[in-house]
Amino acid sequence: MADLGSPFRKLGHLAVDRIWRLGFAVRFLFAVLRYSGASFRRLHLTLREIYFSGVLSLLIIMVSGLFVGLVLGLQGYEILQRFGSTEALGTLVALSLTRELGPVLAAIFFASRAGSSVTAEIGLMKATEQLKAMDMMAVNPIARVVAPRFWGGVISMPFLAALFSAMGVLGGWLIGVVFIGVDDGAYWSQMQSGVDFRYDIWNGVVKSFVFGFAVSLIAVFEGYDSVPTAEGVSRAITRTVVTSVLTVLALDFVLTSFMFRGTS
Amino acid sequence: MNRTVIDLWVGIFVAIGIAALLFLALKVGNLSSSRLSETYALQARFDNIGGLKVRGPVKSAGVVVGRIVDIKFDATTYEAVVNMEVDGRYRFPKDTIAAIYTSGLLGEQFVGFESGGDEKMLKAGDTLTKTQSAVVLEKLISQFLFNKAAEGQDAK
Repeated sequence: MADLGSPFRKLGHLAVDRIWRLGFAVRFLFAVLRYSGASFRRLHLTLREIYFSGVLSLLIIMVSGLFVGLVLGLQGYEILQRFGSTEALGTLVALSLTRELGPVLAAIFFASRAGSSVTAEIGLMKATEQLKAMDMMAVNPIARVVAPRFWGGVISMPFLAALFSAMGVLGGWLIGVVFIGVDDGAYWSQMQSGVDFRYDIWNGVVKSFVFGFAVSLIAVFEGYDSVPTAEGVSRAITRTVVTSVLTVLALDFVLTSFMFRGTS
Repeated sequence: MNRTVIDLWVGIFVAIGIAALLFLALKVGNLSSSRLSETYALQARFDNIGGLKVRGPVKSAGVVVGRIVDIKFDATTYEAVVNMEVDGRYRFPKDTIAAIYTSGLLGEQFVGFESGGDEKMLKAGDTLTKTQSAVVLEKLISQFLFNKAAEGQDAK
């Protein structure tokens, strides 16, 4: 009887454990928000984190955005050619980048480039008991360590996503106009008539902000909640990337169904 | 790293990010061209609007002069009520015809204004009385077929 019950017991334990962690994450979020005033008063802490998670991610974001744009230009041209409407290439590239690919891919790159390093940093600080030492010195580790990293990520993310989209549009232009020979005027003017600022671009910016919030929260939470051993930190880093990517994709579906439904 | 160097890099990062946003807004989006500074509302009633969509363009002589802001169904007259915002720079005569056209064979549908010769101009909130509904392809085809069938009977 004990053998029969144990898988169910394990399942139940797992479920309770997940819900417990979720509750802790929400409480953690409130703690971060409560102490984030300090991280803006001492602005250089946040600026330092913007440097580490934003500036150092510039290269990967720009290069990958360019390549995504190049591929979109090639594939889009190949498909649009079948319908004889290659002039719509600009609209296709710009809409797919600003609405979906820009925010989502930038968030995924951001999670693997910056989120993982934030988790590693906080996890190692916990493993070497630096967080506890801060607590002993009456320095709140959430205000000093966690909140600046969180806000650094939240602030960097919309800029990175906009940069990704912009580089992608340029990449599509490079392939479509310079190499294949789509008309330059048609590429830009069709794009401008097809892309609405408030509807397409602004919703993309809102999306990237939400993704930045989610990814940063997951990164600092996994670091703060990690088991303070070498193995525990490495597991926490893996969990950061996996959970971030899944959360971003799921949130993207929810946001898309709210934003882009009905009217067009 | 030195704190001022970090500040410099963060400044460059934010500047590049804002430049990318501006690029998206001005070059990719239509913020610069479609921002209709001053608009006035017009209304038109159609028997059938076909595939007309909210946010679709209102054109006159092929130039975009406004946007469709709302489409409703009037349950008392069984007509579609289309509300439009038209650029304040353009005035149209009272007897302007509002018709629904399709751009290209499969393109989007839009409201086209064909201005008449009336000396009085439309004011904000006015309703265009002369309208022409969307062409429904099925009706057109069935009309064509009936005509053909009728021709065939005449020949006999």
